[in-house]
Amino acid sequence: MGLDVNWALDWLKLSAKAMDEHRVELIELDRAIGDSDHGENMDRGFQAVLQKLDETPPETPGAALKSAAMTLMSKVGGAAGPLYGTAYLRAATSLGDASHIDAAALAAALAAARDGVVARGKAELGDKTMIDAWTPAVEAAEKAAASGADALAVLEAAAEAAETGAMATDPLVARKGRASYLGERSAGHRDPGAASTALLLRAAAAAAAGSTGDTGTDAV
Amino acid sequence: MTVGIVVVSHSSKIAEGAVELAAQMAPDVELVAAGGTDDERIGTSLEKVLAAVEQSLVDSGGDGVVVLTDLGSAVMTAESAVEFASDPDAVLLADAPLVEGLVAAAVAAQGGAGVEDVRKAAEAVAFGNGPSGGGGPEIPEGRDEPDASADFELINPLGMHARPAAKIAGGLSGLDAEVTVNGVDGMSIMALMALAAGKGSILRVEARGKDATKAVEYVGRLVKEGFGEL
Repeated sequence: MGLDVNWALDWLKLSAKAMDEHRVELIELDRAIGDSDHGENMDRGFQAVLQKLDETPPETPGAALKSAAMTLMSKVGGAAGPLYGTAYLRAATSLGDASHIDAAALAAALAAARDGVVARGKAELGDKTMIDAWTPAVEAAEKAAASGADALAVLEAAAEAAETGAMATDPLVARKGRASYLGERSAGHRDPGAASTALLLRAAAAAAAGSTGDTGTDAV
Repeated sequence: MTVGIVVVSHSSKIAEGAVELAAQMAPDVELVAAGGTDDERIGTSLEKVLAAVEQSLVDSGGDGVVVLTDLGSAVMTAESAVEFASDPDAVLLADAPLVEGLVAAAVAAQGGAGVEDVRKAAEAVAFGNGPSGGGGPEIPEGRDEPDASADFELINPLGMHARPAAKIAGGLSGLDAEVTVNGVDGMSIMALMALAAGKGSILRVEARGKDATKAVEYVGRLVKEGFGEL
C-alpha cells in the first residue's frame, strides 16, 4: 500500500487547480507586501508543470516531483521558482525510485523539501516566509508518522499545520525577500509564499483522499 | 582563453546592457547574458541560466566561470544552475553589485586572472564603494616604506578615464604586489576613475611585495605610452 505515481499526478493537478482558483487572492496578498506577481507566476508555472507531465509521463512519484521541480525553476520566474523547485527536487531525491510511499517516507520527503527551501532561501522560522508554513507542516507530519498514522493522515496533519502557520504570518514583520524592504509596514498582511505552501499541501492531502473537489482553505 | 563570465538579471535588457558595457573594457572575455524569463518577462529562468553557464564553461576552455547576479531570486536561480552544471566546481558565484562588480571582474579576466581572482575582483567592489562612495577600499596610512615607487605625469589628452583605469587594474591583478596610485587601490577601476586625474596630473605609484618593481614599471610604461591613445 501507500501512495503511488497516480497520487503524485493528482497532487500536481490539484495544485495547478488551486493556483488557478486562488490566483487573484495570491496576487492581492503579494500586491500588499511584494511585487504582486506570485499568483500569476504560480499559475503559469503549474500550467507548465501539467503540460510537461502530459508530454513525458513519469513512472514513479519521485519522477513526477522531479519533473515538476525542473519546470517550476524554469517557468515561474520569481523567487517561488527556485524555492518550490528546490523543495520538489529534494523531496524527489528523498523518495528515490520507490513506486509506493508509506507514511514515514512521506514525512521524510516533506522534511527534505523544507530543508531545501531553507538552504535556498536562507530564511528562518518567523521571518514571514513560506518557511513559517513548511516547518509546522513538517513537524506535524513527523509526529503523525511516528504515532503510526497512515499517509493520508500524515498529509492532512501537514496541511492543517501549514494553514495555521500561514495564518500566523499575518502580524509578523518580514525579514526576507521583497517584503523586507517594507519593514514594519509588512505587518498585518499574510505572507503569499506561506499561503501558497498551505494550498499546495492541502492539495497533497486532497489527492491522497481521492478527492478532486474544493481547493478552498482558510489560509488564503 | 580567459575566465568566462555569466550575468544573471531579472531583466534581459539589464543583463545585455551590462554585458555590452563590460565588453568595451574586456574585448577578449566571453560574457554571456542570461536575463529575464523564457518568454521575456521580468524574472529568472533556470533553463536560461544553466544554458549560459554551460556555454560559458565551453567558451572558457576549462579556465572557469564567474556568475554575477542582481536581486534575490536571481541569486537562487544561479545557485540552482551551479548545482545542475556539468562541472559545478568550475563555476563561482560573486556576491557583488552587478554593474560595478561585472566591470571589475571582466577587467580582471581580461588581464588573465584566474577564476578565484576574478571573483575576488568583483567582490572587492563593496556596495557604496564606487566613485560616489569615496573611492575604493581604504588604504591604511603610515605603513612601511614601499618596496618600489615612482611619479608619472599623465600625457594622454583624456587623462584617467575608464579604459586607462581598466588597463592599470587589469595588469596589476596578475602581479604579486599591493599597489596604490595616489593613495587608492591600483587594482580598483572605480577607485582609479574616482581620482579624476586629468592630463598633466602626477600619479604617485607605490608598490609592496614580490613584484613591486614590475608593478611600478608596468604603470609607468602605460602612462608614458599614453595608454595607447596618442
